[in-house]
Amino acid sequence: MAKQQHAESWSNGKSVFRHGDVPFRIGTVVLASCVVALVFAMGAIMFLSSSEARTAFGWDVLFGQVWNPVATELSEPEFGAWPAVRGTLLSSLVAIVIAAPLALGIGIFLAELCPPKLSTPLSFLVELLAAIPSVIYGVWGVFVFVPFFNQVFSTPVSETLGTYIPWLAGPVATGRGVMVTGIIMAIMILPTIASLTRDVLRLVPNTQREAMLSIGATRWETIWLAVVPYSRAGIIGAVMLGLGRALGETMAATLLIGNSQRISESLFAPATTAASLVANELTNSVSSLHESALITVAFALFGITLVLNLGARLMIWYVDRGMAGGRS
Amino acid sequence: MSIPKNYRWRKFVDQVMRGSTVVATGCAVIPLIAIIGYVLTLGGSALSTQFFTDVYQPPNMAQAAADGSTPAFDPNDPFAGIGVPDDGTAPADGTALESDVYAGGPVGGVLHGIIGTLIITGMGLLFALPIGIFAGIYLSEYRNERYATIVRFCCDVLSGSPSIVAGVVIYILVVIQSQQFSAIAGSLALMILMVPIVTRTTEEMLKLVPESMREAARGLGAPTWYSTFTVIIPAALPGIVTGVMLAFARGAGETAPLILTVLGSNVISTNLFAPMASLPLVAYRYTESPYPGENTLAWGAAFVLMMLVLVMNILVRVATRRRAGASR
Repeated sequence: MAKQQHAESWSNGKSVFRHGDVPFRIGTVVLASCVVALVFAMGAIMFLSSSEARTAFGWDVLFGQVWNPVATELSEPEFGAWPAVRGTLLSSLVAIVIAAPLALGIGIFLAELCPPKLSTPLSFLVELLAAIPSVIYGVWGVFVFVPFFNQVFSTPVSETLGTYIPWLAGPVATGRGVMVTGIIMAIMILPTIASLTRDVLRLVPNTQREAMLSIGATRWETIWLAVVPYSRAGIIGAVMLGLGRALGETMAATLLIGNSQRISESLFAPATTAASLVANELTNSVSSLHESALITVAFALFGITLVLNLGARLMIWYVDRGMAGGRS
Repeated sequence: MSIPKNYRWRKFVDQVMRGSTVVATGCAVIPLIAIIGYVLTLGGSALSTQFFTDVYQPPNMAQAAADGSTPAFDPNDPFAGIGVPDDGTAPADGTALESDVYAGGPVGGVLHGIIGTLIITGMGLLFALPIGIFAGIYLSEYRNERYATIVRFCCDVLSGSPSIVAGVVIYILVVIQSQQFSAIAGSLALMILMVPIVTRTTEEMLKLVPESMREAARGLGAPTWYSTFTVIIPAALPGIVTGVMLAFARGAGETAPLILTVLGSNVISTNLFAPMASLPLVAYRYTESPYPGENTLAWGAAFVLMMLVLVMNILVRVATRRRAGASR
């Protein structure tokens, strides 16, 4: 009865309501375009605001060796963010070297080996790791992990191996440095890579596994020779997304890397990252040139993560599409 | 029946590799349990009614209040109230240390941070909701258009770009232009980070609504906009609400953009056009502090943030599971 009334009120309604689809479509498209506009606006704003430093130093803003914001009688201010860029690359490298194999293992376990009853709670736990705010990793790192790691790993290793290998050399000092930051970042990007890996492994058609098992392969051979190669592109995409997260990670790096502009060979020595450089100095910038140099660094960070995202999405999209074709 | 010679070796490899995936999963779960455990025990011990009802107190003020001694802080004689002789040297027997400011227990609370986080994140969510929900409707209801792919990709770029970049953009646009750090600038930065989450969850949830409901509405003569608002959105509402809750939890934990836009404060402020306190900023700044009392506050702030994230995630989990069960 109520429905009938509804329908009647419709047929008697004004035509603008009956044909309201055009304004509805325009409204949703306009608001959806805000998302697109936001991305372009962010890029454009940072590009324009960084022009001063880019014209003054060119590529040296990113690859120059000296970062000296304050003008003194002896030296002009100079902006070369290579120490920060190097710190970003090194700490992300440590993070990816640790996280990628572990995450692959987790993905395989969750998708292929885990009993279904365990799979859901374990997936939830791993995804919870991704939801914890990065500042909590920072607080935990400063008060718990750094002292622990210092005592158990950094100090003994730098005193023994470190005397032969320069990049493991001491002094460890407070314990804040590239290695510790990389490990905390690895914990933070594990869930990103692991859950995406699990998803692409689950997309592999069962015929792939059955064929391998039917010719007498063990479970592991099935996974390693038939399932993983099939979703290789997706796994690479997942690792790229993880790398993007590590490169842009700010809070854990700011709290843990020690924020030192000095370039040191050792992984135990303090360094700085691009993101933590921006977080530390932008609000305290001493000149418009300083500000614009920091914005250039942020712009580079935005550009790199954009490229990584594009690549990763293309990879995952390729796997998804390829498998949909294979299944039909 | 002869077993091939290398069978035992293959079996061995199989078991070792399958075992190592279990170990890898353990490697992800152990830090999770360690972080949650430390934050719950150390952060939990910082909690008291004072923690939730009081604002920040400088360490020597709190010390004077604890002793019952009146002199709070005399700028001309800074060591007067804390038992250090006028020449600044500690007595040899160490008696002065007992009233040392560094030895103080937890002082004050984080009410200012809690209020600030609620205001900043709430405002950010208000800004993000219209864009996010309508963009989600567009992506779901016009999902096959080419423009939808572009919007989707821009969403991924936004959610993949480092959070500090959002802070930098708002710093350029709002903070430099208005010559003022402000809560509203922080809300705008958080908006950039929350839009992609709201958009993608809205899209996913609307896509879960069965096509038959759209067809039924259309069969009764309802235009797309009417069926969207009266049939499809109500059906997907619980899912959309969970997406909004996740966006709130994510925004409440973001620190990096707030450093550049809100700056932080040690008092309760509700002025949207002035710097404001915020829980993640409390955790960040007090972690760097040399005073144990402030470090304890940092743990407490981390505890509150962690509880927010855990509760939101578990609620979402329960809600979506019930939905999945009901649709079956």
